[in-house]
Amino acid sequence: MDFLADYLWLIIALPLAGAVALHFGGKFLPEPLPGLVAVGAIGTAFLIAAAAFVPLATGEAEAHILMLWDWMPGIGAAFEIRWDQLSALMTLIVTGVGTLIHIYSIGYMHGDPRFSRFFTYLNLFAASMLTLVLANNYAMMFVGWELVGLCSYLLISFWFTRPSAAAAGKKAFVVNRIGDFAFIVGLMLVFTQFGSLSMSETVLSHPGEVLSPGTATAIAILFLIGAAGKSAQIPLYVWLPDAMEGPTPVSALIHAATMVTAGVYLIARNAAIFELSPVALPIVATVGAATALVAALIAVGQNDIKKVLAYSTVSQLGYMFLAVGSAGYVAGVFHLMTHAFFKALLFLGAGSVIHGMHEEQDMRKMGGLRTAMPITHATMLVATLAIAGIFPFAGFFSKDEILASVFANGGYYLVLWGVGLFTAFLTAYYMTRQYIMVFWGKPRWVEGLKPHESSLWMTVPLMVLAVLSAGAGFLNTPQLLTLEHYLEPVFEALHPAHLESELPRILGMDGLAFGLAIVSLGVAVIGIATAGFVYARSSERFRQWFANATRRPMNASENAFWVDKFYGKTIVLPGKKLAQGLASFDSFFVDGAVNGVAGVVQRIGMSLKPLQSGFVRSYGATFVAGVIGLVIFFLTRGGL
Amino acid sequence: MDFPMLSVLILVPVLAALVVMVLPADRTELHLPVALVLSLLPVGLAGILFARFESAAGFQFVEQAALIERWGISWHLGIDGIALPLILLTTILIPISIAASTSIAKSPQLFLAMVLLLEAGLIGVFSALDLIVFFVFFEAILIPMYFIIGIWGSENRIYAAIKFFLYTAFGSALMLAGIIALSVLQQQKTGFASFDYSDLLTLELTPGTQAWLFAVFGIAFAIKVPMFPVHTWLPDAHVQAPTAGSVLLAGVMLKLGTYGFLRFNLPLFPDAAVKYAPVVATLAVIGIVYGAAVAIVQTDLKKLVAYSSVSHLGFIMLGIVAFTQSGLDGGVIQMVNHGITTGALFLLVGMLYERRHTKLIADFGGLQKTMPVFAGVFLFSTFASIGLPGLNGFVGEFLVLVGSYATRPAFAIIATAGVVLAAIYLLWAYERVFTGEPDKPENVNVADLNLRETLIFVPLIILILTLGLYPKVLLDRIEPSTAAIIDRIEATTDFVEPTFVIGEPGE
Repeated sequence: MDFLADYLWLIIALPLAGAVALHFGGKFLPEPLPGLVAVGAIGTAFLIAAAAFVPLATGEAEAHILMLWDWMPGIGAAFEIRWDQLSALMTLIVTGVGTLIHIYSIGYMHGDPRFSRFFTYLNLFAASMLTLVLANNYAMMFVGWELVGLCSYLLISFWFTRPSAAAAGKKAFVVNRIGDFAFIVGLMLVFTQFGSLSMSETVLSHPGEVLSPGTATAIAILFLIGAAGKSAQIPLYVWLPDAMEGPTPVSALIHAATMVTAGVYLIARNAAIFELSPVALPIVATVGAATALVAALIAVGQNDIKKVLAYSTVSQLGYMFLAVGSAGYVAGVFHLMTHAFFKALLFLGAGSVIHGMHEEQDMRKMGGLRTAMPITHATMLVATLAIAGIFPFAGFFSKDEILASVFANGGYYLVLWGVGLFTAFLTAYYMTRQYIMVFWGKPRWVEGLKPHESSLWMTVPLMVLAVLSAGAGFLNTPQLLTLEHYLEPVFEALHPAHLESELPRILGMDGLAFGLAIVSLGVAVIGIATAGFVYARSSERFRQWFANATRRPMNASENAFWVDKFYGKTIVLPGKKLAQGLASFDSFFVDGAVNGVAGVVQRIGMSLKPLQSGFVRSYGATFVAGVIGLVIFFLTRGGL
Repeated sequence: MDFPMLSVLILVPVLAALVVMVLPADRTELHLPVALVLSLLPVGLAGILFARFESAAGFQFVEQAALIERWGISWHLGIDGIALPLILLTTILIPISIAASTSIAKSPQLFLAMVLLLEAGLIGVFSALDLIVFFVFFEAILIPMYFIIGIWGSENRIYAAIKFFLYTAFGSALMLAGIIALSVLQQQKTGFASFDYSDLLTLELTPGTQAWLFAVFGIAFAIKVPMFPVHTWLPDAHVQAPTAGSVLLAGVMLKLGTYGFLRFNLPLFPDAAVKYAPVVATLAVIGIVYGAAVAIVQTDLKKLVAYSSVSHLGFIMLGIVAFTQSGLDGGVIQMVNHGITTGALFLLVGMLYERRHTKLIADFGGLQKTMPVFAGVFLFSTFASIGLPGLNGFVGEFLVLVGSYATRPAFAIIATAGVVLAAIYLLWAYERVFTGEPDKPENVNVADLNLRETLIFVPLIILILTLGLYPKVLLDRIEPSTAAIIDRIEATTDFVEPTFVIGEPGE
């Protein structure tokens, strides 16, 4: 362990080295070698992380900090790695799911002219994300925070010749920057309060002795806004659906499993600050619940296979915010993990479908694919059941735990619990709708299309993820609470009251917890049954009637409630007009004043023409005379 | 007396300029390589300065020789941790500018000589410790730059050159008056005349005098920076200047203004500096947001980069008048970073212009497909300019923001908006120039970077990464000098720098 602890930097350095090597040498390697290099880099990082994780999990080792180098010593910015239960778990998710998606990409990106460049970016992303989660210093975390944004930008606009892809990449970066604005201000506040940016000297070292509730609220809200940008929460979620312009493995890795969960991680990591504020956590929970609901409502009306999953991701991230906002940090992290498995699987499955359908993404032109793509179908079914929250798949446990945590807070949180429950119904509904539209019914394929199952590069990762989506829930069953105990060292210091009194009461088998689990399971079953009836089992006449009856709400949902249009009209356009106005002001007014003065001087000069010789000498003389005049003026008026 | 390193460093480019001028005029293939090789000598000398520099307060490599004893004018040179990085920056950008000037057809010898003379002037200005010597260099720089814009510029070069010249000459006249006034005051106080910086530092000026002199020096430097609202010469000068001119103008010459504030306005007139800092900070923040907003809607790529300079220089000024350690450190390091990054962007725009003879964003599109390496370097520089952490731009910006938040939170928060705006104007420009299909026929066959051009960017990219990840290499040298300025302000006014002790509540 001691040996490994000093080499934890390799977890970041390996994928970074892979990216650098591929950047300069990748184009000389034939397919699939660049992919294998990238897989090797991140795979080795996973193995190192796993080896270093074992002593943490068994309790042999404690949290460990590895100082790398001083960055900006004056403000306590440094590169230092924190290896504790939370960062180790995040590292395993990032490198584990990351490795699977890297492997999948070898099949998915086959034949792309920029094959090796794609893996350069994937490896760079992995290194950036690991920088983010392993940081023991806010400044280093911000490096990772921004670099994942950069990789997101590069990968969304990977097919840069498509104007929509280029625009989507830019939109993602700019919207994230709005969140970063708040994050940076939050960091300034942290530094002026604590005199450091190192986490072990700030948030993880009795922040209650330093922060007043007001300041804690300010920092928490600023961090929340930053988190809302990265994790696509209201009102900054609009970039994530557009991000689907990127290749599908990117959607799975960055925009479902890892990067977008950074906001949840940020809040969980800073829970000690959020808890010092009387209002921060309820605000987080409210934002989460609202986002979960709105995004689920939009997902119901989407016809693009990836757009359904994109809004679903926004919604599930809202769920995670709801969890941490209810002080259910373990539940939030638990759902982060299970979601990483089943949502990555859904995206990769969708990618397999798109691949097999020759780049078709419209579910209305799919149907009946279960026989043509049996592996994709079976794995997607597992993922659908997992996200819907059906026992014993992974999503059931994590979602149930979130709802229980929300419920445990009582009072206002009961409303949020209701919202969460309704969202669970919607989730089961729209996922079943998608599953049926893609895999069941009669084929509605474009004529002449012959769908095919994908290569092993793609299906093997699907199968591995399917196993994880089916079984990961048992990592934290209400009886064993394995994950809860594992994460205890991270959260116990922050919120002892919660762990000691409420959680056992709620999660213990005192009847209420069991009842809550039955309710959420029942809601999921109703959602599946409803969608099953509407899209598969009902008569043609009923379907006609249903389509008519729901035309208006479905239209609103399909158009995502016109939020993008609204932002365009209220922010983008006025902003552009303002900038244009300032530019005109600059050339006509500010510069005009200067030219005007020059014009007046010139006119005076013309009238005095006889006096001027036009030679530099006389200009010089005037200059000297002016200076002397000024000196005299200053010395007499200067109050000597 | 030790070896006069600084005088030699000033003299070498002058001699180099002479050598270039006496080369046979018809051997055009010799002019640029000779100038380039000669311009590497100062890089080596500056490297020695860097290596021998001790991270301590006070001036080093000092040399002093009387020039006009009766008036107290002396050849007094010396550098501290503020001047050193700027001299390094100057010596590095000169060979890069020369290497990028292959397309200069009109009297290339004269052009190269002008660039080298400019270098001498810049090194002189950053190492002068006598105010007359400083002023002479400050003015002397105008001449080569005036010709570089006026002779080798684009269509509207005469207008731009005259505007540039008159604007700065106006500031210079004010400053010269201030310098003379200072020395008169010195004589009245002590009985002997002196223009020596260290003598003038000991003057105890009344608040009223300080206010006048602060304004006089301040206006001269504000024009150079340039600060809002005296910035309008800059876009014109940049758009008309040849590439080397733009690189040196943005890279180094603008820093004369910010350097002047640090070297003169703060230490000589601390009382006025504290009193009028809110005014300066206000103009700085306006510059940050205004420059960025105006940059968004520019149709000319070069003008866009020019306005981005107005925004970035605002950060430097905000840091300088924060009067905190990280604010000043951030300001100084941002001077270097801006020089590198904006230098790179101007080089790129210049190379684009050489290929397509246009700088209008609307004339491009889809260039990433035709020139992927060029696009990659452009995007890299763009993100450095946006302030992506890990690259150089972030370090200065972040230090400035944290440093100014301590004394002026509201200003710092507004300035942070510049971070969002920078992403908008640069990425939108990138999108329009490089992405999509190259749908205009003239964009289909544009040559990618050649070897010479690639080599130009190698040192810049290395610097961007080094300063981004390990800025300590400069910060350690800057810090004692900036700390001395803050100490001086604290000693002479009732300003107290807020300190932050780990584990104790801030204010």
